Amino acid sequence: MKKTLFDKIWDAHVVKQVKGGPNVLYIDRHFIHEVTSPVAFLGLKNRGLKVFRPDRTTATPDHNVPTINQHLSIKDELSRNQVEMLKMNCEENGIVYHGLGTEGHGVVHIIGPEMGLTQPGMTIVCGDSHTSTHGAFGAIAFGIGTSEVEMVLASQCIMQPKPKKMRISINGELGKGVTAKDIALFIISKISTSGGTGHFIEYAGSAITGLSMEGRMTLCNLSIESGARGGMIAPDETTFEYVKGRKFAPKGEDWEKALANWKELKTDEGAEFDTEYSFEAADIEPMITYGTNPGMGIGVTQSIPVSEGMEGTDKTTYQKSLQYMGYKEGDKMKGKPVDYVFLGSCTNGRIEDFREFAAFIKGKKKADNVTAWLVPGSKAVENQIRKEGLVEIIEEAGFVLRQPGCSACLAMNDDKIPEGKYSVSTSNRNFEGRQGPGARTLLASPLTAAAAAVNGVISDPREMM
Amino acid sequence: MAYDKFTIINTSAVPLPIENVDTDQIIPARFLKAVERKGFGDNLFRDWRYNRDGSPKADFPLNNNKYSGKILVGGKNFGSGSSREHAAWAIYDYGFRVVVSSFFADIFKGNALNNGLLPVVVSPEFLQKIFDEIEKDANATFEVNLEEQKFTINSTGESSDFEINTYKKHCLQNGLDDIDYLVEMKEQIEIFEAS
Ligand code: SF4
Repeated sequence: MKKTLFDKIWDAHVVKQVKGGPNVLYIDRHFIHEVTSPVAFLGLKNRGLKVFRPDRTTATPDHNVPTINQHLSIKDELSRNQVEMLKMNCEENGIVYHGLGTEGHGVVHIIGPEMGLTQPGMTIVCGDSHTSTHGAFGAIAFGIGTSEVEMVLASQCIMQPKPKKMRISINGELGKGVTAKDIALFIISKISTSGGTGHFIEYAGSAITGLSMEGRMTLCNLSIESGARGGMIAPDETTFEYVKGRKFAPKGEDWEKALANWKELKTDEGAEFDTEYSFEAADIEPMITYGTNPGMGIGVTQSIPVSEGMEGTDKTTYQKSLQYMGYKEGDKMKGKPVDYVFLGSCTNGRIEDFREFAAFIKGKKKADNVTAWLVPGSKAVENQIRKEGLVEIIEEAGFVLRQPGCSACLAMNDDKIPEGKYSVSTSNRNFEGRQGPGARTLLASPLTAAAAAVNGVISDPREMM
Repeated sequence: MAYDKFTIINTSAVPLPIENVDTDQIIPARFLKAVERKGFGDNLFRDWRYNRDGSPKADFPLNNNKYSGKILVGGKNFGSGSSREHAAWAIYDYGFRVVVSSFFADIFKGNALNNGLLPVVVSPEFLQKIFDEIEKDANATFEVNLEEQKFTINSTGESSDFEINTYKKHCLQNGLDDIDYLVEMKEQIEIFEAS
């Protein structure tokens, strides 16, 4: 039978098919962080169990950490407690812990690929929905709840029904100033935040294979925002090149063996998908969201859609959303005021994002009305920013570089956007209050964020490049 | 996690006719700092339920005394967003045992099932009937029969079948969780690892 990339990896990891129920799926790599793991460890302890495969588990505190003065003890007592709890649980169970300030520290979905822990053909889970990021390597990666974290800690397995398969092809070449983030926001605006539900997505087409690994990670990261469990891209030379030589990548003979296997990881010609979509790259422009879910996105030159023709809860939900944002139907997005800009998160906190941002703002100045938070996704990204001299460009333009963490992506730490303020954010969710109670989030690419930071209003980055 | 066994529930319901209710609304991130699973119900729908000064918002259904019961009725695409299980804990902790909608986000649905909270999917038309029924009479009651996989509007007797896989149904009816099952499988897992 002809198989998709997804089938090949999934089927190779099924330990057992439960009658009338889910598959017992073996997990190669488990990432954990301080917010969704403590209750799982507690559960394990209450059952008198130890972690089954500590060597397949990697830990880092990211959601809840400050992004300045990381050498000091964390001020917020509850946050500090969660971070200390993670460290202690790791020590008790022999799990490698990448603490604040260390070389391996960072947002969990950034450090995995950086260290070569994320590899093609793997099954990867984490108690965080953006685990889908790792799918960029041709892996099955998806977010899980705390009960499932406990399952994986206890048995290195998880119980999951096999999802349906979807393929989304983006053909042709991307225009100037159009990035992976724009592809993702474009797709979600077309298929909606529930369009992918029940499915695992494979991204294909020339615009996708042309993306760097960083871009692929951004795209797969946002799969969950279309409701899909995850997204993946068949591994190719770009993938192998990225993985090669990283700390935990296979070496020597093991590398050759792994490579031979990885080259088989592609969808067979003629294999069937439950759902297929195809879009033209030329139709995508820099995107921005105007509402309170990631599906409410439009090209930066366009106007907010009108609710005419909508009915019932569709209409009331739409109007409630615009009311929260303080926007009117038919308004143009360009020229709208901006108070904050956030560059960072597991969506756009990688080195390439900082390179793009820095190249754009070079020789320009940050607008006085904008507060900008530039938060690298990991210590390694921070170090690289310094090494490449990007930090000088950033500071020259009036910006400040902070320290790694999730930061304003979910505002569990002090990086909260104040009530009613507008934030152009490179993160992944524009839900009500996501960046702080009453905060208004506009999702965009690093380039569009940079344009907003310089002009002080929503701008088309293409006009400034 | 231990939870009460699920059999038949017969209660009134609380309406929340909003679409795409995301996990950041169900429980905002700033309430995820606990290291134990306790008291999340107090912050369920925190920012929709309370003003910044902590006073309740009169127009939010949970603050309206006329609504009560163990069933929460939500608009389509309920539970989208984060994988935080705290969302399911908060709904359960508040006292709900069933969430009805025409569409659920995957991770939320899985989390709910792992915590004794039954997600019931009905057609958009049937969902509208439930909303209409509550609108007509806030005390209207509904029966959720897990064994027969049936959701019934008691006043009219109209019912809708719902899906749940046999394994999960068995778990809910017996208050079991997957971890017991997986730990029993250890030998088989080790054999798989060796292969
Ligand atoms: S950066 Fe945001 S989305 Fe990514 S792991 Fe952190 S909180 Fe989750």
